[in-house]
Amino acid sequence: MNAASEHTADDQPPTSALSLQNAFGESRVADVLDRLDAELVGLEPVKSRIRDICAFLLVEKLRSRLELTTGAPSLHMSFTGNPGTGKTTVALRMAEILHRLGYVRKGHLVAVTRDDLVGQYIGHTAPKTREVLKRAMGGVLFIDEAYYLYRPENERDYGQEAIEILLQEMENHRDDLVVILAGYGDRMEKFFRSNAGLSSRMAHHIDFPDYTSAELFAIAQLMLKQMQYTLSREAEAALREYIALRRSQPNFSNARSIRNALDRARLRQATRLFAHPDKPLSARELITIEADDIRASRVFAEAARGRAS
Amino acid sequence: MRLTQGAFSFLPDLTDAQISSQIEYCLRQGWAVSVEYTDDPHPRNTYWEMFGMPMFDLKDAAGVTQEVNACRQTFPSHYIKVNAFDATRGVESVRLSFIVNRPAEEPGFGLIRDEGAGRNIRYTVRPYASERPAGRRY
Repeated sequence: MNAASEHTADDQPPTSALSLQNAFGESRVADVLDRLDAELVGLEPVKSRIRDICAFLLVEKLRSRLELTTGAPSLHMSFTGNPGTGKTTVALRMAEILHRLGYVRKGHLVAVTRDDLVGQYIGHTAPKTREVLKRAMGGVLFIDEAYYLYRPENERDYGQEAIEILLQEMENHRDDLVVILAGYGDRMEKFFRSNAGLSSRMAHHIDFPDYTSAELFAIAQLMLKQMQYTLSREAEAALREYIALRRSQPNFSNARSIRNALDRARLRQATRLFAHPDKPLSARELITIEADDIRASRVFAEAARGRAS
Repeated sequence: MRLTQGAFSFLPDLTDAQISSQIEYCLRQGWAVSVEYTDDPHPRNTYWEMFGMPMFDLKDAAGVTQEVNACRQTFPSHYIKVNAFDATRGVESVRLSFIVNRPAEEPGFGLIRDEGAGRNIRYTVRPYASERPAGRRY
């Protein structure tokens, strides 16, 4: 990053409007942002926050070219939201954005959970956590369900030790790695309340809202397109109904539930086609999911039972 | 007498920036990098102590330089080397090994002539430093 910035500082006497545009083009962040828009349905607050962060980092980069900087900005983030709201996907994109802006050197994402950080006996935790941190250097460390690190009910839990090492390394290696903590909203809030040091080192708290039914339907269509399936018209109606029912049932995890539902629909479609093995199949039949494939779901049965009782 | 073992040992000592770009190269090749130290630098001593585990799946040299610096801090006047291990099937051996730390004063080696039966002479080298017990050599 240094070499590049010195280079441009020399041969561009900047009018700042011009160089902001240049820097934006140079960093090729635009296409990551466009992909983010195209691949992720909804999530408007998240997207706008990411745009804000991008703008801030670009400006910061220009400032550092003019030697106006006040040290590397802290980039650690926390992503909170319900299951299946796209935290991991956004973290992946974030790693790419930070890499293109030159804030991390390699731009890879190391996704870990409690098991990868916390050891099983005394003296096991520190080397284990350090090893993970070393692997993440030059990239982004994504700690999923971070609140599991802190278990107040067990005072001999080694999670606290992992948190302390994490804190220390986050401070000391600020330009080597970016830490993203992710987890469900309420539990993360509790986690941060009991670990104030961690909370104050998070530069950005991003909250992932739940998807609306319409957004979930759009996601389903996007997924089907990627898997090269289509819905028949009746199946579309069935899927809309399915989404509405599924949302009100327990253990609903947004896009992940939709993905699972579609996977099961594909299974049923295959079984249905298999029922008549001697019948020749057209390409259209192979890619089309019918209403029955969706309506056979347990969700409809449970809803009907709920109405009856 | 300056110890010459491993790669680059006839060059002036590598700077930290040079060390980290060598490590960067190793990681780019997909080699596992490890740090070892010893105070018994006899050329036949292939068993240096490991400083921590070999590091697998690293993407960036910062993790290794951190280990190197930690080792330097713990053993400021030992020999420290960085090894890069290539796990490719059919290779499975160290690809690159170079010294990153050496004691300020290196007394060198003495040549010992052992006169045997007849006019036989057996030669052996012995580091002057190894006369003292391990840990107090440099």
